[in-house]
Amino acid sequence: MAETTTLDRPAPPASSGPALLSVRDLQAWYGESHILHGMNFEVRTGEVVTLLGRNGAGKTTTLKSVMGIIGKRTGAINFDGHDISRAASDKIAKRGIAFCPEERGIFASLDVRENLMLPPQVRPGGLSLEQIFELFPNLRERLKSQGTKLSGGEQQMLAIARILRTGARFLMLDEPTEGLAPVIIQQIGHTIARLKKEGFTILLVEQNFRFAATVADRYYVVEHGKIIDGFANAELEANMDKLHTYLGV
Amino acid sequence: MSTITQNSVPAPTTRRPVRDEMIALALMTIVLAIVPFTGVYPFFVMQGLCFALLACAFNLLIGYGGLLSFGHAMFLGTAGYVTAHALKVWDLSPELGILVGTAAALGLSVITGLIAIRRQGIYFAMITLALSQLLYFIYLQAPFTHGEDGIQGIPQGKMFGVIDLQNATTLYFVVLAGFLLGFLIIYRAINSPFGEVLKAIRENEPRAISLGYKTDQYKLLAFILSGTLAGFAGALKVFVAQNASLTDVHWSMSGEIVLMTLVGGLGTVFGPVVGAFVIIAMQQYLAGFGQWVTVIQGVIFVACVLTFRRGIVGEIGHYFKRSL
Amino acid sequence: MSINIQALLAQLLVGLINGSFYALLSLGLAVIFGMLNIINFAHGALYMMGAFCAYFLLNLFGIGYWWALILAPLIVGAFGMLMERTLLQWLSGLDHLYGLLLTFGVALIIQGLFQNYFGSSGLPYAIPDELKGGMNLGFMFLPIYRGWVVAFSLVICLLTWYLIERTRLGANLRAATENPTLVRAFGINVPRMITLTYGLGVGLAALAGVLSAPINQVRPLMGADLIIVVFAVVVIGGMGSIMGSIITGFTLGVIEGLTKYFYPEASNTVVFVLMVLVLLVKPSGLTGRAS
Repeated sequence: MAETTTLDRPAPPASSGPALLSVRDLQAWYGESHILHGMNFEVRTGEVVTLLGRNGAGKTTTLKSVMGIIGKRTGAINFDGHDISRAASDKIAKRGIAFCPEERGIFASLDVRENLMLPPQVRPGGLSLEQIFELFPNLRERLKSQGTKLSGGEQQMLAIARILRTGARFLMLDEPTEGLAPVIIQQIGHTIARLKKEGFTILLVEQNFRFAATVADRYYVVEHGKIIDGFANAELEANMDKLHTYLGV
Repeated sequence: MSTITQNSVPAPTTRRPVRDEMIALALMTIVLAIVPFTGVYPFFVMQGLCFALLACAFNLLIGYGGLLSFGHAMFLGTAGYVTAHALKVWDLSPELGILVGTAAALGLSVITGLIAIRRQGIYFAMITLALSQLLYFIYLQAPFTHGEDGIQGIPQGKMFGVIDLQNATTLYFVVLAGFLLGFLIIYRAINSPFGEVLKAIRENEPRAISLGYKTDQYKLLAFILSGTLAGFAGALKVFVAQNASLTDVHWSMSGEIVLMTLVGGLGTVFGPVVGAFVIIAMQQYLAGFGQWVTVIQGVIFVACVLTFRRGIVGEIGHYFKRSL
Repeated sequence: MSINIQALLAQLLVGLINGSFYALLSLGLAVIFGMLNIINFAHGALYMMGAFCAYFLLNLFGIGYWWALILAPLIVGAFGMLMERTLLQWLSGLDHLYGLLLTFGVALIIQGLFQNYFGSSGLPYAIPDELKGGMNLGFMFLPIYRGWVVAFSLVICLLTWYLIERTRLGANLRAATENPTLVRAFGINVPRMITLTYGLGVGLAALAGVLSAPINQVRPLMGADLIIVVFAVVVIGGMGSIMGSIITGFTLGVIEGLTKYFYPEASNTVVFVLMVLVLLVKPSGLTGRAS
């Protein structure tokens, strides 16, 4: 198979330390269609790592594979010293991974408080409700509202807020800025920066690399279900031309 | 989500499916035609033919339209009562009796169809079941059905004034002719443009709607055709059983129709015929075992759903990659 | 037309009792459908098992009505959970209709087995001493047991509503009904929740069975026709709302009771006729969302 230069080297770590998540030769399928063709990447404790790539490149599928909610997957997924490549998604969550899905996944039949309280605590040390309201003051006002009656931005905040309660220290955020107004995007950027400062490890999927640039330590570029490039935030300027080609912007 | 019929064969097969079906049809006709000369109890085969036609009619709806009717006994029973009443009380000739009974099923299927197709899927099944239960209670109280006793001792008469239906062999060929007529109507329907639209609705109703098909009209038409032919089977059965009773309108009969089709193969052309004979034979052999028949039917339901969803004919067709 | 108040109220009470059973059963069907996407055709058979369970507890172990009220739903609920683990869980991803066919088969097996051993006639189950007799309310004579069935069913229905709509556990259940994959990815054991939900629905059916034992006797086919009426109730009410199921169940029971007084010939069919009318006027059901 004629491949373009497949750069599988992990980019230089922004912070030293062992890999919290390491993915080796991950393949995944949606029914009959083969989406991931051997993903290799890792995320170290305390990092914010962003997966960049065009629509349909396999970024969301990667997150879903790590979370264990994809039809079929093979390869090795190691998290915090445990192989989770065959575990059911509730067991994976209990290991301390929290997932914020692309469509936000706010439940219409639950009010805001119920949405917020839904994910069970998997580890001690999650944010308290007070800390969450400090991050997202809007939510306090809307506790009694039906989850899906919130604005898009508020729903996104709720979707992030509810996984901060759980004590999971590794967050996977799928396109948290999609379809949101610039001022809200900024607020989400601040939140991610704040979480990073508090020691959360974050794996981010973004189309909007201008946003990603404000928060990420490292980038991986995904194309056709493979990692084709990777670099640190400091190398972003130098890689701009390449990135434009990859993303077709 | 997989649809309830898994027997649609992948399109590009080397042999044309129609040829396979024609061969199978010819074989079936020959076998059925020589039955009276083999010493097999003709009453059993005639009963089987009536149920086979009934199951085929039911299969038209579920196998090609994706609509599970859990009340098809109402057409069987209604046509049976009307035909029986027409023969016994009105002294109509057999052919007119069949006509009147079938027409009654037609009328009933128009009314119930208009009501039932207003909901889909699981609700459709519950509604048809409830409608048939409504009819059951009506027949339980209506004087002309004679309640628990049913209509007994129905004269078979002479068809068109010459064909003596009291002769078992003659009756057999009349029933066989009726079965083949119904079977061919169904076969023609599923291979017509109408049948294609029906399959399209089963696979993806929103898409069929967006292509401009008035899917409700197609579903209603399928329901009417199915109900009418089920009624035709019920009218024929009157001559075989010489009675019409509440058994034929009871929900357990509707369940048996579902079971026959499931065993034979939902969405196969010949499956319902095979399934009907299998279930009828089983009932015949186990007649002395009381309610164990019910238990075994339940076990077959469970086993079919869990491990044998293609049914007998569906499995055979799948194995040989043929459409049967 | 002169109205015999005594007789009317008596029929109304019978209607309320039937309404209690409709409510308890349709509530269970709705909860099960929400989580498992299965219409539980075996619900009537499990209701019957609840009544038989009470009968066995009394006649084999000398355990009376009050304990049966707790034990029978637990035992039959456990049986239901076993059924879910061994049979129903294999249906996920298949067309809804397979669930109906499978549970219909299970109903045939259960009812057939009971008929083999107990025939079709009814076995008596006595009203517990504490609930015997009646009260003169001035305008009518109220048999205490009948009043108890209505009141207790109502309490259980409202408790179930509270559990699902107002508690943390209920929030998990509602969320899992909406998006089981995501709920599981939050660390909630959804398969266990599905099993427990089925157990809850089945337990409610069994409870209705125990309540009905002293009134309707204990018969193998006591649930067979009832489940079809309950299906009609579900079609009328829709399965989208818990409170909707409760209200529809009681209301239809009352209407049926009134029909028994004013036009007894139609009392068997009135629920089905109402179903037809509702389908003609509002096809999605009174409280249901369009399917």
